[in-house]
Amino acid sequence: MGLENHLEGMPVIATRLDEVINWGRKYALWPMPFGTACCAIEFMGVVSSRFDVSRFGAELVRFSPRQADLLLVMGTITQKMAPVLKQIYDQMPDPKWVVSMGACASSGGFYDNYSVVQGIDELVPVDVYVAGCPPRPENVIGAIVKIQEKISRESISAWR
Amino acid sequence: MVERDIMARVQAQFGERVLASYEFRGQCAVTVRPADLRAVLVWLRDDGEINADWLLDVGGVDYLGYPDDDDREWRYEVAYQVYSMAKNHRFRVKVAVPEGAESVPSVWDLWAVANWMEREVWDLYGIRFEGHPNLRRILCHDEFEGHALRKDYPINKRQKLSQPAENLLCDKVEWA
Repeated sequence: MGLENHLEGMPVIATRLDEVINWGRKYALWPMPFGTACCAIEFMGVVSSRFDVSRFGAELVRFSPRQADLLLVMGTITQKMAPVLKQIYDQMPDPKWVVSMGACASSGGFYDNYSVVQGIDELVPVDVYVAGCPPRPENVIGAIVKIQEKISRESISAWR
Repeated sequence: MVERDIMARVQAQFGERVLASYEFRGQCAVTVRPADLRAVLVWLRDDGEINADWLLDVGGVDYLGYPDDDDREWRYEVAYQVYSMAKNHRFRVKVAVPEGAESVPSVWDLWAVANWMEREVWDLYGIRFEGHPNLRRILCHDEFEGHALRKDYPINKRQKLSQPAENLLCDKVEWA
């Protein structure tokens, strides 16, 4: 195309704004781990050296929701814990994404009883559900890749 | 001291006040009325040979619909598991709680750890502990109605918080 020819010798490339913003966002996810059960133990493997989620740019775990853009809900959410999860989600700045990790967070799991929320999508919008009890670390990395694919399809105009 | 010997000493000390007793695979327990509970537990704690100085656990039982159990005259039991750190032996005391009079004296002043255990039994079984300083729900949320581990609690009944955000405000709670 013609634009680069006119800029010959200058350190400039031409691209779409969505492309470069999404590229930056998807390889710099900052997870907020909301770990309430054994799935959170599996997440320790995800961030540790053996599986090493930093290969996918999502290793900077933040325990403050105000510094995070990826909410990882890992474990059983009880009715009593539900307002806490909602509050954490509301405190995260846009744009933000949610992964529901494991059977309990996604559906209540085998805790079909008086005390457990039957899936966190009753409380917050979920982007990716991860099957397993608990899921393997590869599944969690797979969910992060799914989030990255979703981010690369997004447009900044949609966030306005 | 093996549990059988502890049970024999309790029976000798309290006689007719022991409603029932049993041994199962070396574990022994006695059942008493609520009025006698504190006397038995204090005696177990202060007796020099038994010296059960640690209350390990307090748990509720609901025998509604329990099979082959027609002669039980009470619906609930509260089980107290005690342990002697010096003697390394343990013992179980149960208190018989009839339906309609779900009331047991608190042992919070004997073992401070009983505070939260008794709140759990109150929350899930609806058994009141008289003299407890702060008998509020501890596991279920504040708007929960009924007691979830009673056998007649509907198994599919779900109760959600109506005002989720307000439930996070801790400063409305009066701590004991």
